[in-house]
Amino acid sequence: MNWFYFASPPTFYRLAGTLMPFFFVLAALLSAAGLYEGLWVAPTDAQQGEVYRVIFIHVPAAWMSMFLYFVMACYSGLSLTFNTRLGAMMARAVAPTGALFTFIALWTGAFWGRPTWGTYWAWDARMVSELVLLFLYFGYIALANAFEDPRRGDRAASLLALVGIVNLPIIYFSVQWWNTLHQGSTVKLTGSSMHVTMLTAMLLMTFASWMYSIAAILWRARSIILERERRTRWVRAL
Amino acid sequence: MTGFRWAFARDLRLAWRHPGETFLVIVFFAIVASLFPLGVGAEPQVLARIGPGVIWVCALLAALLSLPSMLSSDYIDGSLEQMALSPHPMASWVTGKIAAHWSVTGLPLTLLSPLLGLEYGLEADTQAVLAAGLLLGTPVLSLLGAACSALTLGARGAGTLLALLALPLFVPVLIFGAGAAQAQASGLSPQAALSLLGAGLIFAGLAVPPAACAAIRIALD
Repeated sequence: MNWFYFASPPTFYRLAGTLMPFFFVLAALLSAAGLYEGLWVAPTDAQQGEVYRVIFIHVPAAWMSMFLYFVMACYSGLSLTFNTRLGAMMARAVAPTGALFTFIALWTGAFWGRPTWGTYWAWDARMVSELVLLFLYFGYIALANAFEDPRRGDRAASLLALVGIVNLPIIYFSVQWWNTLHQGSTVKLTGSSMHVTMLTAMLLMTFASWMYSIAAILWRARSIILERERRTRWVRAL
Repeated sequence: MTGFRWAFARDLRLAWRHPGETFLVIVFFAIVASLFPLGVGAEPQVLARIGPGVIWVCALLAALLSLPSMLSSDYIDGSLEQMALSPHPMASWVTGKIAAHWSVTGLPLTLLSPLLGLEYGLEADTQAVLAAGLLLGTPVLSLLGAACSALTLGARGAGTLLALLALPLFVPVLIFGAGAAQAQASGLSPQAALSLLGAGLIFAGLAVPPAACAAIRIALD
């Protein structure tokens, strides 16, 4: 199999067009199931009452914010090492969705913190590192668009994405390294301390966010490809 | 090593021949740090409490303000390209430029910090820890700043973009630098924060020059 077959923008454009609707449908189904499970089936929390249900948005968004940065850095690394155009276009397509999920994680965290901790914001290690992640996404987007030549923006921004990956372990381990306000992780690979329905709802919402991210990224990648390749024959033939 | 020495001497000579530009950064640092007591009120307790943090933030801004003189002025007049064509390995002269940048910004700021510490009424031992933190932390600022300013060479709105890229990366230095002085002021040991700053300096010294070189190569492509 030729791994570079889909690295060509025209073939990838068609592939993305075929795959995109499936991922949107999957995202809709999974989030409907996850919201039903989370808002109706899952029991009320003994300590926090109903407010804990923010978890079904907050935790998936926080996971996706870190995971998407990792995906973006992988595409950036691919585009720098193999000098492919599509890798950088995909990295550019990931950045806004990643920034969106980072913002959602911070925003829902603030609204969850107010009733439970009594404050919207604390200068806790995990929050600060998540905020830095948001700035890294903004920096990436700004740097990628700051040059006349889009390929130059691709390369500079890819390098920035690779440098910024230092932040990911800091966010992930911040709750262990610094003993501050944000709680440690409840869900681990070795088992979790949550009620089964809560865990199911959270995992359903995570997969829903994941599928939505894939669909949105493919959609954005298609627009970027069209914009970049507007002078080529295959785009004119569309 | 010759590349390092040559670039270091060249940038120091350039800084010496433009004394206005060089001193401006130091004056900026002193002025901004002196504005805070006027803004937040001059109660000695408040000042001693915020002093280390304010001095660190001013050092961050001064480092940011002086970054364009390290790479972008050479990029604009074409000398960066000539240096890249020189037989010296790129990492050597880039490190030389970073060292020269630190000698004309970070070092004077460190030496000036006890004076500003007096403005804020800091204890002598707190001032010593603050100066030690600046001595370890300002080279990290020069290193990270070099990589960021190499990334923005030739960009539209490079100045604001540089702030957006560099300031988030400066955050750990600020946290541990100001944290060391605050720990000392509140009677705790500053050793942990200073050790982390030192570790950060070693890590940045090893990892940043290759990244800065890669960014310069992208810019000169």
